[in-house]
Amino acid sequence: MGTGTGIGRVRGLGSAKHGAHHWINQRISAAANVLLLVWFLISLFKLPGFAYAEVVAWLAQPLVAVPMMLMVANLFWHLRMGLQVVIEDYVHEEGTKFGTLLLLNFYAIGGAALGIFAIAKIAFTAGAAS
Amino acid sequence: MAISIFHRITGSGLATVGALGLVWWLWAAASGKAAYETFIACATSPIGYLVLIGLTWAFFQHLFSGLRHFVLDIGAGYELRTNKSWSILVFALAIAATGILWLVILAGKI
Repeated sequence: MGTGTGIGRVRGLGSAKHGAHHWINQRISAAANVLLLVWFLISLFKLPGFAYAEVVAWLAQPLVAVPMMLMVANLFWHLRMGLQVVIEDYVHEEGTKFGTLLLLNFYAIGGAALGIFAIAKIAFTAGAAS
Repeated sequence: MAISIFHRITGSGLATVGALGLVWWLWAAASGKAAYETFIACATSPIGYLVLIGLTWAFFQHLFSGLRHFVLDIGAGYELRTNKSWSILVFALAIAATGILWLVILAGKI
């Protein structure tokens, strides 16, 4: 912190004006998660079993693959924002915080990409394989 | 107090163990029968069941606690007694939902 004028000491330290945006996105993704995960759990429950052929045939249907992709995307979006807040609250050293947030972004985007790709592969190839 | 920290703990658990488990399941299903059966063997091992039951509880706790946050967000439920009752109810509902779900699952298997 500088020793200059009052305004000089506080300039740039105020709100980044992104807090409300983050907050509302956390709620939007939470509401979407409620819908998508309740659908997912009920669907899993209604499956006759968890054998390979049954699960792949289920995932290959367009009206399963698309909500599953949305669920994976929304889940990782929601967890990215949630873990960001947890990290910001408990990791105070600037370098470590930067590194941890970087890893979080890699994890969230990488995880979502892997999940969505897996669903797409099943949806586009299950018909050909069977 | 407790309900707030439990929201974070369950959220962090779901974000790591839960999300990785989901991606592992999808990736295994996309990789073929052998990879998928390895996943199922792990998921239905004693440790697998313990993790799945733990994740189920974490999910319901986070879900009900999250719904409570929606109520608080509209400015309702801040009175001390009301707030306390809903907090206790969230814990009770999460344990009850987990118990009922797993009783039904395990009863169906036997």
